[in-house]
Amino acid sequence: MIEASGLKKTYRSKSGPVHALAGMDLSVPRGTVKALLGPNGAGKTTVVKVLTTLIRPTEGTALVDGIDVLSNPKAARRIIGVSGQYAAVDENLTGFENLEMVGRLYHLSAREAKRRAQDLIEQFELTEAGNRPVKGFSGGMRRRIDLAGALVINPKVLFLDEPTTGLDPRSRLSLWGIIKNLVSDGTTLLLTTQYLEEADQLSDDIAVIDGGRVIAEGTADELKAQIGGHRVVVTLVNPADAGAAREILGRHGDGEATVGTDGRTVEVGVINGPRALQYVLGDLGQAGVELHDAGMRRPSLDDVFLKLTGRHAENTDENVPAEKENAK
Amino acid sequence: MSVLAPENRQARPAPEPGAASMWLSDGWTVTKRNLTKLKRSPDMLVFAVLQPIMFVLLFSQIYGGSIQVQGTDYTQYLMAGIFAQTVIFGSTFSGSAMAQDLKDGIIDRFRTLPMSSSAVLVGRTNSDLVLNGISMLIMMATGFVVGWRVNAPFSSFLAGIGLLLLFSYAFSWVMALLGMSVKSPEVINNASFMILFPLTFISNAFVQSQTLPAPLEAFANWNPVSALVQAARELFGNVGSVPTPDAWPMQNAVPTVLIGAILMLLIFVPLCIRKFASISSR
Ligand SMILES: Nc1ncnc2c1ncn2[C@@H]1O[C@H](COP(=O)(O)OP(=O)(O)O)[C@@H](O)[C@H]1O
Ligand SMILES: [Mg+2]
Repeated sequence: MIEASGLKKTYRSKSGPVHALAGMDLSVPRGTVKALLGPNGAGKTTVVKVLTTLIRPTEGTALVDGIDVLSNPKAARRIIGVSGQYAAVDENLTGFENLEMVGRLYHLSAREAKRRAQDLIEQFELTEAGNRPVKGFSGGMRRRIDLAGALVINPKVLFLDEPTTGLDPRSRLSLWGIIKNLVSDGTTLLLTTQYLEEADQLSDDIAVIDGGRVIAEGTADELKAQIGGHRVVVTLVNPADAGAAREILGRHGDGEATVGTDGRTVEVGVINGPRALQYVLGDLGQAGVELHDAGMRRPSLDDVFLKLTGRHAENTDENVPAEKENAK
Repeated sequence: MSVLAPENRQARPAPEPGAASMWLSDGWTVTKRNLTKLKRSPDMLVFAVLQPIMFVLLFSQIYGGSIQVQGTDYTQYLMAGIFAQTVIFGSTFSGSAMAQDLKDGIIDRFRTLPMSSSAVLVGRTNSDLVLNGISMLIMMATGFVVGWRVNAPFSSFLAGIGLLLLFSYAFSWVMALLGMSVKSPEVINNASFMILFPLTFISNAFVQSQTLPAPLEAFANWNPVSALVQAARELFGNVGSVPTPDAWPMQNAVPTVLIGAILMLLIFVPLCIRKFASISSR
């Protein structure tokens, strides 16, 4: 359904060439959801732009539903729906007018475009934004209008570039609900994200990308098996216990335990989270190690990265992306 | 809740419309969007209306007494200059608006839709033509109030308006290309001030070129703005007995403007369409 191979995109910049894509291969079977998981600058937006006909790669081939997007972009545009990283809505138009315009430009009849816009307004709970210019609405609302814009036709293939980045947790959950619904309807979806949890929740298959290429691929479970399903984290009262705690965590973990820079946080990846936590707590208690805090957490993109590349993912998580959305 | 349209009410586009009807309908859809924008955030419209009124009043009522034009009354002489200046500045809006759309990311939305590849540009230049038309009407009304008269047949008057609008339309395409090539809309505004102000002031728009120092006089006589002003002046019958400078574009102002506008369109329409096919916001 989506088949890309050997995609390269090189930008020239003052500080030398930037390889935004460095030979990326992707394959998304019909009716499945693939998440591209990677930190800022990994090449997620670039590959989505190539597949959605916005930019031409320096090298490589890309097929969407059997259509060569490089030689026949017009045909590809008739069957894809796109919601880019930053909501592409017209601030001066109402939510309804935005959707109606998109419908007209997909060449629905005037009546059909209106009807479809109205349906989407209702389904996406956009009634509030339906009759007022988008200007002044929250990032979450814009994002929903933009997503609705991607669904004006029943796209055979849908692309969502960081659909929830910069949203508050409530809007994120609501958007996840919408996306899960779409997926149950059998749409082929390529989605990018910086959050492992999001990839896990929404996709059948994850490709971890870095430096413009895929560095690991598999189902969420397969990836988790690689990096350890959960992480057990304990905070010590006394940093002097760090060595002992590290030994005990390592005993029950899947790999070496690490001590954080504060000297008091010790953690390890584990396969069976709850059981490992029980053992760890038991052994720590026997060894007389006093704990300030103890628990389990899901691995983050950073953990995946550390495991796969031996270095931390830069710029991940909540900090970066909210700005541009608000700046507009 | 199912987000997709039910199977029996397929919201998939009908068989692709013919290229010509698609071009018309897409161009209209985008024009309508731009006009809605003008209506909703009217600062641009207010500027386009107030600025020419101000210029007409300023020059005819305040400087008018001190600027002498041989052989005619200054208000008669002045109006063609203000028309030309206003439509030229009006066209720069095509550039800043393209740059703004690019920055806002809405161009990315358009470029992933199966629309005609020139529709966004056609819609842009069309709506700016409408804006220029409105400015022109207001200017004329103001001109009539301060005593401007057309001393030519009605058909010639219409030809004058047509020529001004044709030129501004062609120039919109030049500006649209610039708008797609710069990093931010502000660049367009600054650059047009830096370039267009000297062009309109070192011309015959407000004074006779003969009164300028020799090197500037030569520049003014070959300045395209002067040709546009001269052509409009001739078609509106506002030349009076002012001698026409002895330079080819001045002696043949109407053909110069016509050829210039057609050349601009022939060169910049294809360049714009090509450029549009590769732009995307960052
Ligand atoms: N138009 C551009 N010009 C120069 N460099 C670019 C451009 N677009 C992206 N890049 C660079 O390419 C790399 C990948 O960018 P991008 O695909 O946006 O990453 P992501 O979406 O994963 O954050 C980054 O290093 C970015 O700075
Ligand atoms: Mg991105």
